[in-house]
Amino acid sequence: MRAFTATTGAAVPLLEDDINTDAISPIQLARSLKPDYRRMLFMRTRWQADGTPDPAHVLNQPHFADPAILVTGENFGCGSSREAAVWALQANGFSCLVAKSFNDQFRENCLQNGVLAITLPEALYAELVARVVAANGAPFTADLRTQTISGPGGEPIAFAVPEAERLVLLEGLDDIGLTVRHMAQIEAWEARMAESAPWLQSAVDRRG
Amino acid sequence: MAEISGKKTLFEKIWDAHFVAERLDGREIIYMDRTMVHELHGPKAFEKLRKAGRRVRRPDLTFAVQDHTIATRRGRDDTTNPEGTPFLRAQRAGAVEFGFRIFDVDDPEQGISHVIGPELGMVLPGATHCVPDSHAATVGALGALSFGCGTTELEHVLATQVLAMKRPKTMRIRLEGRLGRHVTAKDVALHIIGTLGVSGANGHAVEYAGPVVEAMGIEARMTLCNLTVEMGGRTGFVAPDETAFAWLEGRPFAPIGEDWARALETWRMLRSDEDAVFDADIVIDCSDLAPQVTWGTNPGQVTGVGGLVPATQGDEALDKALGYMDISPGARLEGLKVDRVFIGSCTNGRIPDLEEAAAIVRGRKVAQGVIAMISPGSTIVKREAEALGLDRVFIEAGFEWAESACSMCAGGNGDRGRPGERVVSTTNRNFEGRQGPGVRTHLVSPAMAAAAAVTGVITDVRKLEEA
Repeated sequence: MRAFTATTGAAVPLLEDDINTDAISPIQLARSLKPDYRRMLFMRTRWQADGTPDPAHVLNQPHFADPAILVTGENFGCGSSREAAVWALQANGFSCLVAKSFNDQFRENCLQNGVLAITLPEALYAELVARVVAANGAPFTADLRTQTISGPGGEPIAFAVPEAERLVLLEGLDDIGLTVRHMAQIEAWEARMAESAPWLQSAVDRRG
Repeated sequence: MAEISGKKTLFEKIWDAHFVAERLDGREIIYMDRTMVHELHGPKAFEKLRKAGRRVRRPDLTFAVQDHTIATRRGRDDTTNPEGTPFLRAQRAGAVEFGFRIFDVDDPEQGISHVIGPELGMVLPGATHCVPDSHAATVGALGALSFGCGTTELEHVLATQVLAMKRPKTMRIRLEGRLGRHVTAKDVALHIIGTLGVSGANGHAVEYAGPVVEAMGIEARMTLCNLTVEMGGRTGFVAPDETAFAWLEGRPFAPIGEDWARALETWRMLRSDEDAVFDADIVIDCSDLAPQVTWGTNPGQVTGVGGLVPATQGDEALDKALGYMDISPGARLEGLKVDRVFIGSCTNGRIPDLEEAAAIVRGRKVAQGVIAMISPGSTIVKREAEALGLDRVFIEAGFEWAESACSMCAGGNGDRGRPGERVVSTTNRNFEGRQGPGVRTHLVSPAMAAAAAVTGVITDVRKLEEA
């Protein structure tokens, strides 16, 4: 897995609630085995009918040309479980997301790809939003080692991440590798279940 | 099964029975009894497996379907929807390479994963399931815990047959009262989402209980469980009862003989303990519920068909939603002109759904100017519907009777509306652009969709006399 230690770049305010994964990464552009994830991000609202950037979209504003941090509202990433939503954000430079809250599955997908997804207490969130809006593209740094977001307009803002998740992100630990260490226990579970609930350990078409 | 004792919710009983170990990052390794892979996300996971030199650990517990990108046109093949071709072929190649069964494009049992899993008896009470799709919880109707997952997690479960998860919180939603005429599981589910909000169950495993659920058939319970994710729920399920066991018995992958008898004995213990404590315990009375219609751009923006769209009072998000939907604040929903109707999907694509719709359509015609289409949830459902003569009812009324696919629900197979069209749909998401760029989607039950098709406007189905 990709490790995350720190990122520096523009912090982009996208201050809406309930932004769903269809909006983040529409299926219309996912219909290729190798889609253009960079172009996919917010495709329906970011581009005009003729394919040129819509200057009104926050991501097309010149001062956000080098983004690293997305600041957004409640329930970010709701809807479809598609991981393309995370890949599209990454393809555009985002590796840290700050939201009022995240959809659970989306946040899991972030972790799987080394994307730091942070929530903050209300007052700190409000402070960050105000500073990010005022900064207008001036760089912020999210650092997982110090667990702070720093940038113009004030002192570094501390954030909390569960310690285990922090280690996984910092080390970029291989998720399957972590599980494979327990293979003997998985096999033992299967052997037990084959005795006590054999119908779970076999999926046989009885029609032959 | 692990010994079941103490004050536990049903979720905890099934979870604990599938607990293998705790990882060093604190995640719980939970065994997945079955994995269903669809072609939109399968190929990418196969590619990851190849790159890492991994195999599919339990191909005997893994099944592949073709549902998201497959065309619905009669005589379809890999190339009917050209954008789907690489997915369908890569999925097939993956199934051959990694050695699991695929329900392919031309299989008489092809269909949407969430429909064919239960239909074939792959889903069992007390079992765990994993599908790289957010509507995985559909099959919770049989008392299984089914988890949606991303692509990297799919690779994980294919390589190991387990997921490394954080334990969800528990929620019980008790549905009290009795449903009125033409009020269905879809209306109940939309009402719940409208009440709790689109993140109201985020991170929770939701158990649906109470007399309304007990009175529902299994297909209706599937509709209810299906929509759990639309309020952020990690999974949704109903404690299995005699209705579930009778529904399951004799299905191709269900246990038989002595195994069936032993399984039944275990399954009858699958209930939350009387005094079990849920992180959230919610009661909703459904007695006065009306058929529901969404008016906005998420499933929580919903009201009874006789209701009014809210006044936005300067709320930017509401203004934006209503602007997209081309509806005035405070307007009535009834009477809004409809361009297109879709009946189908993992939400409402099963036989009782089609019967409810047919009861309204019988003896009527699709209104002039309305394009109406039905895509059954599976090829088995399609054949059964044809045996019941439902196809004739729809075709004679002017519906298109299409092949089975996710179709207009995901918009991934070329079936979609045109920009600006108002679509009345039995699917699960009314997000901006979900059914095509600029398409305005209203989510409803099959009977309400049928009523809209034959009248050409959003109509309270209760006001139409059944022919």
